[in-house]
Amino acid sequence: MATVLETPQGGSGPGEVFRTCEVTGLKLHRPAERLIKANAVAATVALLIGGVSAILILLTRWQAVHLLDPVMFYRVLTAHGLTMLIFFIIFFEMAVLYFAAGPMLNSRIAAPKLGWFNFGLMTLGATLCEWMIWTGKADVLMTSYIPLRADPLYYLGIIFFAVGALLVCFQFFATLVIAKREKTYEGSLPLVTYGAVAAAIIAVITLLHGAATYIPTFFWSIGWMSVDPQVYRMLWWALGHSSQQINVAAMVAIWYLLGALTVGSVVLSEKISRTAFVLYILFISMASAHHLLVDPGFSSSWKVVNTSYFMYMAVLASMLHGFTVPAGVEIGQRLRGASQGLFGWVKRAPWGDPGFSSLALSIVVFGFVGGITGVTIGTEQINIVVHNTLRVPGHFHATVVSGTTMAFMGLTYYLIPLIFRKKVAFWRLAQIQPYMFAGGMLVFSIFMSFSGGFGVPRRHWDIGFTGAPFEQAFHPAVDALMGIMALGGLVAALGGGLYILITVWSVFFGKPFTEADRVPGAKGLPQGITRPPRPVTVADEANLPTGRLGQAPGTMILVAVFLAAFAIYYFANWKLLSFVWKIG
Amino acid sequence: MTAPAQDGDRRPMNTGMVSPKGRWWVPAHRSEKVWFGIAFAWCMVLFAMMPLWHWKGGQNASGIRSRVEPAAFEARVNQFVADYQVGTMNGFPVVEPPPGSDVYMLGRMWSWYPILKLRKGSEYTLHLSSTDVNHGFSLYPVNINFQIVPGYDYGLKIVPTEAGDFGVICNEFCGVGHHLMLGKVLVTNEDGTMPGEAAQALEVN
Repeated sequence: MATVLETPQGGSGPGEVFRTCEVTGLKLHRPAERLIKANAVAATVALLIGGVSAILILLTRWQAVHLLDPVMFYRVLTAHGLTMLIFFIIFFEMAVLYFAAGPMLNSRIAAPKLGWFNFGLMTLGATLCEWMIWTGKADVLMTSYIPLRADPLYYLGIIFFAVGALLVCFQFFATLVIAKREKTYEGSLPLVTYGAVAAAIIAVITLLHGAATYIPTFFWSIGWMSVDPQVYRMLWWALGHSSQQINVAAMVAIWYLLGALTVGSVVLSEKISRTAFVLYILFISMASAHHLLVDPGFSSSWKVVNTSYFMYMAVLASMLHGFTVPAGVEIGQRLRGASQGLFGWVKRAPWGDPGFSSLALSIVVFGFVGGITGVTIGTEQINIVVHNTLRVPGHFHATVVSGTTMAFMGLTYYLIPLIFRKKVAFWRLAQIQPYMFAGGMLVFSIFMSFSGGFGVPRRHWDIGFTGAPFEQAFHPAVDALMGIMALGGLVAALGGGLYILITVWSVFFGKPFTEADRVPGAKGLPQGITRPPRPVTVADEANLPTGRLGQAPGTMILVAVFLAAFAIYYFANWKLLSFVWKIG
Repeated sequence: MTAPAQDGDRRPMNTGMVSPKGRWWVPAHRSEKVWFGIAFAWCMVLFAMMPLWHWKGGQNASGIRSRVEPAAFEARVNQFVADYQVGTMNGFPVVEPPPGSDVYMLGRMWSWYPILKLRKGSEYTLHLSSTDVNHGFSLYPVNINFQIVPGYDYGLKIVPTEAGDFGVICNEFCGVGHHLMLGKVLVTNEDGTMPGEAAQALEVN
């Protein structure tokens, strides 16, 4: 695709070059590209480690197989949580930040050398943690609740990683300043970059909480100070949950990006979408309080204020994006002629473009499963029948895996040609990969949640309780539910494995992507690249419906179904709660 | 977006990758406004439910909460066992406190201590704490779950609403013996007898 402009541009130092992407018209700063590549590769390595761990955990919790011994189980579980939720996701988000500030704004990035220092520091930190975990010096699970104690180097590793990530955020802000000063774009920031700014601001808040957690914990681990276990839990979750909010903001930004790349989806109004991002920044940190709903250290009013009065404003933001993103796709499709009936735009969407299918699956599973369960189980009293059961991982696998990770995977199918400039290998597999991954994960999450409904604990090696002083058997349905859960998980793991195979093969052994490849229907290239959505004109607005349901009637129906499902699930849980012992 | 009168008023339909030019703080689409209203109203419902349940509902997480030294809590538990022990089961004391009293359960690596024998329909204040690390109190199959944090006493007013033999599972990771941590709560009928099935299964000496 790319014509390489081997000439230094104004404002950049010697030797720094740009190339112009002929698909998107964006100007790519080569040092930014290299940093994007490095961080994406590191993320993929983390995904591989986390994915292998996932399979081992799955095959242990599936009681019929029960693969690992308890020591290895908790060790692998520690590795899985940290490698996936912290290393994989944050490395990928660093790539997104470089992309959103540099190429998206046609700008050079600030201090590329600092970028490499940060990358080195993050890699060092991650390596240190992995080393400690796999040598058995940090069998404390990802949350490392004090007074469980890991080797001091483990905490130091996390501190290094977090400092590196924090510096990337500052580098991102500096790049925004450069782009503004050098006038590389006109008007306001594009919405995608705006969303990335929200993610970066939340990242700074999160990482500062991380410092407040891990620096005292490091000193505690070498015996210099004491840390209260309850205060630790509060601070840790201000890191642990807020980091998932970086993912949400980054994921929504990627939704807007994938919508634009695949079907030319429009932004209904900048005002609503941007306000929703601001709501994330303002309110989402308090959401971490819902990990402490049945903790002894906090009053009910503290719990209610933080989870309800503040958090629901962040929920509102997600519900707004949950409307504006599909409505943007719908209107984008309708403007370009796919305007038959209520759902003609769905039917004529490019379902064979893994970027688009990932986007759609990510929105649906994140919203219908992750979002609804999350808000419900984050309710103070309902949490009594949920806390630390499998319903919790059932929820967050639907958000962070089928939501965030699915969106990241979808974006990768565009990054491979646009940034790595390779064709996507095993194209047919790439086309079915999102369906396998999201479909498997959907089954996994739902059946994990059902098992949790029977009180099955999370993070537990043996729910047969071998060797315990009493016998305890779960409801007979649990075996079947967890068996189906395991099958869903294996399908998802296979989908994840395919993703790794496809990306690694494409990047290292793939065929180079040239302009001649850009013919409609070409294998190895998403439709958004072979046949980019044509620009719309004012005349196209004649295609938009004018009925009572507005210009996006299909989306109106979809969100009505969503709200009905939400209300049913929410009130069914209150009903369920009312059956348990009186407690207060 | 209502149809504008003149082309000059039209807002450009741009994607999220493009910088919006000029003033974009303009009225939202009508459908966006409608959805915003509905979503906001729904958030208000979510908003109201928690205080409402505190007022009218029977299951809340409020409790009587205080800090406690692990050693002091352990002493209270031992006193409690000494006062009301009625037997032993698999080496654990079975304790039957009078209805209405304070009852204690201690989580530690890797057991729940002691076994409680409660009466259906009576209220107790159940004190939970730990002397070592975090534990998770999970009553099976009722499915009541609370976090146990060392140094904190969580006193929960409970009324067992069914008789039977209930398991206490630890659902917070507490080390390699986590899965061994299984305790018991026995609930008798109002007259103090165990329901038939549970009575046969349990040998209390």
